[in-house]
Amino acid sequence: MDASLKNNYGNKINPQLFGLWIAMGSIIMMFGAFTSAYIVRQAAGNWLEFRLPDLFIFSTVIILISSITLQVSYNAFKQKKELLYKLGLLISFLLGLTFLILQYKAWTELFGIGVDMKVNPSSSFLYVITAVHALHIIGGIAALMVAITHAFTLPFFYSKQRKMRFQLVLHYWHFVDLLWVYLFLFLLLTR
Amino acid sequence: MANDVLTYNDDTLIKEQGFEDHFHDHHDGDKYQSNFVTHYIFSMDHKIIARQFLITGMFWALIGAAMSIIFRMQLGFPEESLTWIKPLLGKWITVNAETGVGTLMPEFYYALVTMHGTIIVFFVLTAGLSGTFSNLLIPLQLGARDMASPFLNMLSYWFFFLASVIMFYSLFLSTGPFSGGWTAYPPLSALPQASTGSGTGMTLWLMSLTFFVVSVLLGGINYITTVLNLRTKGMSLWRMPLTIWAFFVTAILGLLSFPVLVSGFFMLICDRSLGTSFFLSEIFIEGAALPNVGGSPILYQHLFWFLGHPEVYIIILPAMGIVSEVLSVHARKPIFGYKAMVFSILAIGFLSFIVWAHHMFMSGVNPFISNFFVVFTLIIAVPSAVKVFNWITTLYGGNIRLNTPMLYAIGFVSMFISGGLTGIFLGNSAIDIQMHDTYFVVAHFHIVMGVAAFFGMFAGIYHWFPKMFGKFMNETLGKIHFWITMIGAYAVFWPMHYIGMAGVPRRYYSFNNFNSFDDFQLLNQFITVAAIIVFAAQVLFVINFFYSIWWGKKMKDKNPWKANTLEWTTPINTGHGNWEGKLPVVHRWAYDYGKDGKDYIPQHIPLTEEEKAAEGSH
Repeated sequence: MDASLKNNYGNKINPQLFGLWIAMGSIIMMFGAFTSAYIVRQAAGNWLEFRLPDLFIFSTVIILISSITLQVSYNAFKQKKELLYKLGLLISFLLGLTFLILQYKAWTELFGIGVDMKVNPSSSFLYVITAVHALHIIGGIAALMVAITHAFTLPFFYSKQRKMRFQLVLHYWHFVDLLWVYLFLFLLLTR
Repeated sequence: MANDVLTYNDDTLIKEQGFEDHFHDHHDGDKYQSNFVTHYIFSMDHKIIARQFLITGMFWALIGAAMSIIFRMQLGFPEESLTWIKPLLGKWITVNAETGVGTLMPEFYYALVTMHGTIIVFFVLTAGLSGTFSNLLIPLQLGARDMASPFLNMLSYWFFFLASVIMFYSLFLSTGPFSGGWTAYPPLSALPQASTGSGTGMTLWLMSLTFFVVSVLLGGINYITTVLNLRTKGMSLWRMPLTIWAFFVTAILGLLSFPVLVSGFFMLICDRSLGTSFFLSEIFIEGAALPNVGGSPILYQHLFWFLGHPEVYIIILPAMGIVSEVLSVHARKPIFGYKAMVFSILAIGFLSFIVWAHHMFMSGVNPFISNFFVVFTLIIAVPSAVKVFNWITTLYGGNIRLNTPMLYAIGFVSMFISGGLTGIFLGNSAIDIQMHDTYFVVAHFHIVMGVAAFFGMFAGIYHWFPKMFGKFMNETLGKIHFWITMIGAYAVFWPMHYIGMAGVPRRYYSFNNFNSFDDFQLLNQFITVAAIIVFAAQVLFVINFFYSIWWGKKMKDKNPWKANTLEWTTPINTGHGNWEGKLPVVHRWAYDYGKDGKDYIPQHIPLTEEEKAAEGSH
């Protein structure tokens, strides 16, 4: 179905990848709304100050590494290096899971020092922003799982179609990674 | 000059000069239409999806309009007995045991007003209008086989359907649907205790609208991708019909503004269920203080109106695009100022993002910030005026066919002018502070985005009905429908301006306690009677619509309106892939009407030698 409508109009850019970028634009607007609401609300006062858990630094490092490993896997796929390709995918997947666990640990740490979701809008914002971001990471992990299933069940060969599919996962993963970096820096700098 | 017998032999032309995309080469069975379920229900064909959006939208339009009739009866005839609608509304009509007089319960009055707004704004004029015509026309007018992702397109409809089912279900809750106004301002929307509809009704409202946003986003991603990537050969951006430009910008607006609403919804859900205080602060219920401290209801208003204002352009831009096309086709003249039209669509789209706070002049927004929003709001009048000027000059000296789609298109221009002018009043914060929350506002937005958008939609339905169903709608019924709606809509909303200027507030259940408003009772009765008549005309339209699907006059010619756009080069019963053989190649813009003594020259007709020479010379 989609294949029959595939790009045969002489355009360089793939419609599905393009659609993904548009979706990213939407996601940016959503987080833009969260962070601007944060700034507006913070300026109004009655704002609880607390130190961000150090675990966020580790999770940031982890998610950055996962992006690199996925890129390595993608490059390996293009150079038809099967082992590195599969390994990269698996490692990225595991790092993605680790990121989620670290985020959860950071939450429990905050909760432990009495900064729960209800205590003040400043903590509510932190929980909501990180939670909605985590949902997007879960979406990315789901995509990675599909990619892994493909990698381990289908016979290995290089095709444009498969490269394109991989690109969809890759771009999305880089995106949610950079999104987190933005959110982390935002939370850090608005302290 | 007007040469009505001029026809073009499209099939031969496309065969000889068309663009071979090898679409029909690998035909391993038609995956779109293999059986009833995949053809009519879970269809991936954009043309079927368009019809699904249209008919679901019509269903909602009838419900939304019927609701307005019920609350209009309360406003026009508060003393009359409503016992006769008790079978329909059940416990929401309380009957006085002694006198037998049935009264609408105030709680349900508010629920009706809220649902009327929600349904018409989102389900009818967003999904029903842009969903229908973007789906139908984007691939057909661009010369594409289908949308970029037919699957996401199908999901887009079914998310809308899911949203519809949830909202429909909420109408039958024992506590009633949400009743805090379609804008769902906290605290009414955030506290389940606030009103009967704020509990389960609001929960379902939020669920429904979240699914609705998913539908809009999936649709929008598809529309934008298709417009930018799947145009046929020769269809440069500057050759696209204005309909496509309008749908394109509409989709961009939706994609950028709806996510902001969703983030507001997330916070609202947290306030409702998780005890956060994004929008709640220092609220007392029955003498007891709630624990929520530090929230700001104004924050929600900012988030809501950041969507809410682009939303009115999401509603009106598709109507504008449709009207531009219909006016040009039926006036047999090129649209006046094509590029100016495109740039004004873009300008309106851009400006729509920086005017949202004009809905909040009375919300305690800093007056200096208000100034900024006043200025940008008034600047929107410029591209709007450009468009109105161009529509009128398109009509000027045209060889006008006064058929139903054309009447509606002209009616749209009339409505847009009347409603737009009052927008200039309200855009000034100094006047808005007086007019805020009066019937003047109600009159303004109903004319400019309610009635006008409906007129655009009707123009589109009457114009493209042959393309959708291979039949024509009945002209006589169509004209009766038009004249009653045109005169009736002014009869409904014109008096509201006067009532509003006199200070009568909107959203009031009754004015019994305000002697100063007694004078307007007669006017309110007049409005109610006019509304009932207009509603009856819409029922006539629905009858005409469904009657014509089966028994309407058959379409014999592929291009009954002698229009230039590509959808009229497809077969009468347009199948999967839209064109049977090759794709048409585009050689010119969509508005070559009355050029060089020819009545019309469709987009796929190659340039003549003289035209080539003329094109080279400038």
